[in-house]
Amino acid sequence: MKIILNNREEVIERENLTVEELIQYKNYTFKLLVTKINEQLVKKDERKTTFIKNGDKVVVLHMISGG
Amino acid sequence: MTFKEIKAILKKKRVGIAGCGGLGSNCAVALARTGIGKLVLADFDVVRKSNLNRQHFFTDQLGQKKVFALEDNLFFINPDVKIESHHIKLDPESIIKIFSECDVIIEAFDEAEMKQMIIETVLDKFPGKPIISGMGMAGYGDSNSIRMEQHDNLYICGDMKTGISEETPPLAPRVGIVAMMQANQAIQILLASESYLGFKKARE
Repeated sequence: MKIILNNREEVIERENLTVEELIQYKNYTFKLLVTKINEQLVKKDERKTTFIKNGDKVVVLHMISGG
Repeated sequence: MTFKEIKAILKKKRVGIAGCGGLGSNCAVALARTGIGKLVLADFDVVRKSNLNRQHFFTDQLGQKKVFALEDNLFFINPDVKIESHHIKLDPESIIKIFSECDVIIEAFDEAEMKQMIIETVLDKFPGKPIISGMGMAGYGDSNSIRMEQHDNLYICGDMKTGISEETPPLAPRVGIVAMMQANQAIQILLASESYLGFKKARE
């Protein structure tokens, strides 16, 4: 399926996957993330049960220390 | 817009600053100089010698609570800015209480856990309220890697990769660049909202 991931179009070689599975698929290793689908926040504990659909706009942001 | 017009709009605006360290203290100074109406400051820490490499405090303020030391410094820069200071370790509950009236929130924490906490809280509880976060500013050099990304009402400033480590300490120049970028973005959003453009078009 095709999604928009972090403002870029991306083809994912899977049909049904959760936000958590997308994180593994993309090998995102950061522990602290903020995830959104179609402008809606997907909270940390909702990532395993929230599915991504074809055409969704997905945001996965890494939290980085410093300030 | 002339500076007079800019000041007339900003005078009516309120910005929340979550954390008064390297990002928060410098961002607050820029917003105060530009003439923001009100700043709501929150921080739990005191000024230490190790902070002076990048934070807008002075040697005679060591040991003072950061929110009150910053309030004093902002008063010397622009006494017209109203300041509301909270000496507090922010959590979801206090964020909702303290920043509910703010037009824009600046995320200025240093710990990644706290950044995640405030971003999730604001996106969840204040849908539509702009939050401007600093993400990746440790080390030195590579100025062109620092940029701004927008995800609806969430704005991220930084290089999106360089965290604090032994080899990449937080230093005044890069932390300052990101703090100024956050202030600049806040002003753009506040002025755009007044021109009925809304935050979505703030980048145009």
